[in-house]
Amino acid sequence: MNTALSWIKAYVPDLECTDQEYMDAMTLSGTKVEGYSRRDHNLDKIVVGQIEKIERHPDADKLIVCQVNIGTEVIQIVTGAPNVSEGDKVPVVLDGGKVAGGHDGGPLPEEGIAIKAGKLRGVPSNGMMCSIEELGSDRNMYPEAPELGIYIFKEDVEVGSDAIEALGLHDTVFEYEVTSNRVDCYSVIGIAREAAATFRKPFYPPQVFVTGNGGNVEDYISVEVEDRELCPRYCARVCTNIQIGPSPKWMQRRLAASGIRPINNLVDITNYVMEEYGQPMHAYDLETIAGHKIIVRRAKDGDVFKTLDGQERNLDADVLMICDAEKEVGIAGIMGGENSMITDEVKTVLFEAASFNGANIRKSAKRVGLRTDASGKFEKGLDPHNAAAAINRACQLIEELGCGEVVDGMVDVCSELKTEVELTFEPDRYNRLLGTDVSKEEMLEIFRRIEVQYDAVENKLIIPTFRQDILRQCDIAEEVARFYGYDKIPSTLPNGEATTGKLPFKLRIEQKARDIAEYCGFSQGMCYSFESPKVFDKLLLGADDPARRAISISNPLGEDFSIMRTVSLNGMLTSLATNYNRRNKDVRLYELGNIYIPKGLPLTELPDERMQFTLGMYGEGDFFTMKGVIEEFFDSIGLCKKITYDPNAGKNFLHPGRQAKVVYEGCELGYLGEVHPEVCDNYDMKTKAYVAVLDMPAIIPYATFDRKYEGIAKYPAVMRDISMVVPKEIMVGQIEDVIAQRGGKILEEYQLFDIYEGNQIKEGFKSVAYSITFRAKDRTLEESDITAAMKKILNGLEGMGIELRS
Amino acid sequence: MMKEKLEQIKAEALRQIAASDALEKLNEVKVNYLGKKGELTAVLKGMKDVLPEERPKVGQLVNETRAEIERVLEESVKKMEQMVREAKMKQEVIDVTLPARKNNVGHRHPSTIALEEVERIFIGMGYEVVEGPEVEKDYYNFEALNIPADHPAKDEQDTFYITGDILLRTQTSSTQVHEMEKGKLPIRMIAPGRVFRSDEVDATHSPSFHQIEGLVIDKNITLADLKGTLAEFAKELFGEGTKVKFRPHHFPFTEPSAEMDVTCFKCGGKGCRFCKGEGWIEILGCGMVHPHVLEMSGIDPEKYSGFAFGVGLERIALLKYEIDDMRLLYENDIRFLKQF
Repeated sequence: MNTALSWIKAYVPDLECTDQEYMDAMTLSGTKVEGYSRRDHNLDKIVVGQIEKIERHPDADKLIVCQVNIGTEVIQIVTGAPNVSEGDKVPVVLDGGKVAGGHDGGPLPEEGIAIKAGKLRGVPSNGMMCSIEELGSDRNMYPEAPELGIYIFKEDVEVGSDAIEALGLHDTVFEYEVTSNRVDCYSVIGIAREAAATFRKPFYPPQVFVTGNGGNVEDYISVEVEDRELCPRYCARVCTNIQIGPSPKWMQRRLAASGIRPINNLVDITNYVMEEYGQPMHAYDLETIAGHKIIVRRAKDGDVFKTLDGQERNLDADVLMICDAEKEVGIAGIMGGENSMITDEVKTVLFEAASFNGANIRKSAKRVGLRTDASGKFEKGLDPHNAAAAINRACQLIEELGCGEVVDGMVDVCSELKTEVELTFEPDRYNRLLGTDVSKEEMLEIFRRIEVQYDAVENKLIIPTFRQDILRQCDIAEEVARFYGYDKIPSTLPNGEATTGKLPFKLRIEQKARDIAEYCGFSQGMCYSFESPKVFDKLLLGADDPARRAISISNPLGEDFSIMRTVSLNGMLTSLATNYNRRNKDVRLYELGNIYIPKGLPLTELPDERMQFTLGMYGEGDFFTMKGVIEEFFDSIGLCKKITYDPNAGKNFLHPGRQAKVVYEGCELGYLGEVHPEVCDNYDMKTKAYVAVLDMPAIIPYATFDRKYEGIAKYPAVMRDISMVVPKEIMVGQIEDVIAQRGGKILEEYQLFDIYEGNQIKEGFKSVAYSITFRAKDRTLEESDITAAMKKILNGLEGMGIELRS
Repeated sequence: MMKEKLEQIKAEALRQIAASDALEKLNEVKVNYLGKKGELTAVLKGMKDVLPEERPKVGQLVNETRAEIERVLEESVKKMEQMVREAKMKQEVIDVTLPARKNNVGHRHPSTIALEEVERIFIGMGYEVVEGPEVEKDYYNFEALNIPADHPAKDEQDTFYITGDILLRTQTSSTQVHEMEKGKLPIRMIAPGRVFRSDEVDATHSPSFHQIEGLVIDKNITLADLKGTLAEFAKELFGEGTKVKFRPHHFPFTEPSAEMDVTCFKCGGKGCRFCKGEGWIEILGCGMVHPHVLEMSGIDPEKYSGFAFGVGLERIALLKYEIDDMRLLYENDIRFLKQF
């Protein structure tokens, strides 16, 4: 909300502070000021001048030479402006002065434009006559200004006086961010009340008084509200003998500063009151209201209505309408209809100030697709008490501005109005909650300033109805805190029962995962939780793959963000592809993020959120690099038993010959592999890529940080190398199983040190060599121990069709 | 006679030692004079010709001579070895400006770095880290936080819905409710996590980002405690000199509520381009837990009070590392990640 400070000062005349002080103090008391702009920024040495004489420029057809009286002297100014005549009073910037902008009304330069005396086509010019654009404003705010040319004062202004003053530009416009609970502060009066309370100055709200023309409003209009729930109050008044014309300058200036374009006196009055009281109003031409009757009722499903902006709007039974005896004339709280629009010929006006159900207006505005200033205010839930005050204020302005006559009386269809909230005054409670020591007297003084009354006999606080946010004691405590000053509240630390800071086990394991991934050269990425359903095709998942059963978002940001991911790979592959396409070399990424597995679709209970540890890489490294990371991670979280890799992982998106399930104690913990070349193509990657996905909830039950020290071996180890010719289809894992099972207690370790396929080896076979280490904990091994163990191993291997090489 | 001879041998040996220019030569000297067939050994062998009463004296002389030669020899060997080593090292000079062989350790995501910082600070103050579901019931995300159906805040937050009742949480505040419902008091927790709002992706918005919720519930918790706690937090996170400012604000689930600004960590509060000349940067929202929120979760507001706060993690990361575009956080370009 933007408001000129001069408007605030109209109700708080004693307010004296700099703009910055005002901004800081208001923000600290809870009316946040986002910023402010001085309307006389970069305007300097600008006075009212009167043109005494105009002559043609001797050397230029388009220029004229003016003699301008600036009060103290007459100066010569050359101009190309076409619209001035002798006798005109105009703003003149003198030599050494400054204007805010150029005559084209383009963006204002930061430093303004300095004006110096000089010569135009050889003729001296000692200043410049200004257009409204050069003064940093525009025709929206000053509708009387000409489209092109110098601003000419229509009213009586003193020659030589401050032209900026005359234009009302010595003012500052403040931008407020009002919180949604402070409905009362979406109005100039509301903010002025806060300003008065903040600066401890008296507050003078407008005194509303309507003379009336002696008529009776009930002779003009009747009102029937069918749906009291959606319309708790409907006030109507009538004005006759309307004379449409411009509104006075002071009103135009205030509206303009609020960003509202002045139109004519009648429209301006409704807008002015909406700003001033925060109560939207509507004016109908009474002649267009059939039967001179207003009916407030719901629309019917499928109704269509043309709003005054000429647009057809589709309605349904939840949209509240203002109707006359025959037809709809407006969408309640949102916009009036074209059919009852005010024209310049209007003679009799029906004013409406109502209170509508905020939630309904918000929903209707959404459904109808039209959010207006009015609906924006109504949807916050306005105080019904305010409607009558506002409509009377509008009628007062009609009279004051000579815009017409006001018919006596108001039609007021009103459900029982909310009464004032009463709360027991409990100063100790407020201090206890705030940690302060504010005196009872100081609190009462604060309440007085915000119009909260205190009934000393009953020890009760009576909350004015416009403060819909004050319902409980904690709300009162906030009022005390705001005006006592948040900055004055002490800083302490909670003292109570001591608690232990903790990071839960799951998060400690995740931290370990990050550490290990990073030691192994992988950097952490972050991916979105939602993705496109097209992902499943990109990943070559079968039509009945369970991963396709994903949760859909009912209102997604578009198809690309429409389902909750059930596999983590798409994010990883997309990130790898981004890097690949930007020609980054040797990229290794990891991600820790959830996948969302529905327990049933459509969702009736919350899904299973499974944290996935996803690794991906291209460039240097291969399948076994990835395998190494998995084993490093498992080591670090205490998974020290044997990990098996089952090549039948069944992942369509991985190379069929280069993928494995990671199995631990018979439980599948994840998978790894080379990305299927077709999938790489789908992601526009012309390189091999490797991924691993570990399912953290499956891993965590096995994880432990417990360790037990085993004595360092005292007795010597004995090593034996074996070299074998192995049928190709046998995996080394199978050889290792034999060694592990048959090596006996004294087997300490075995290590593959050579594997070879090629010329020297017969077709269908490969050469494999292992180094096997034996050691006993309690003695030095005898040759016979080794021979026995080796014999068992070799027998086992031979049983698999493996030949020993000599 | 014997003495002279020994003097002679010694002098000759020392001369030869001095003249040696290589370890082998010193070794030769050693063999020639001290070895089994060396000259001193020969002298000893000639002891049988010495008068028995003179033998001890001569023996002593021989030993002294031997010791002297050995000493000088050893010294020279040491010197020589040192020279040889130095000569060798001269040959071994390397160009230390050649590139390092690095292990190419990976990098943490800036948001995670910020998260771990925040966790570290609060764990140190006795807070437990807890987690809650990202796909959440409407009740926990809204209703139990004093945001009933039709409340304008429900629109403001632009919620992604799955069904009428299940949604993607818009705030980690939902975790507060889960924690309070457990019924274990006092509570000191922080809940980091992913949240979702229906904002289009641009330089300052993302439909998914991270928050850290904080909640303290105990007897006699005050707004002053909230101020003190968050002031400590700000100092730990942004540096000892950081000052904080609390401005009144509104959140449905806290009352009184506030927003906290910290002095700009670039200019220290003087005002610069980074803080748009204000000297202050808005960092979080907070407040005293609304008594109705306590009641709904089964906590008696007459006995207990508490405070809550919520910090945007990305906001901290963007501010701390001067990242100017939020999209960078989700692109995962290695040239970006490497900088953290």
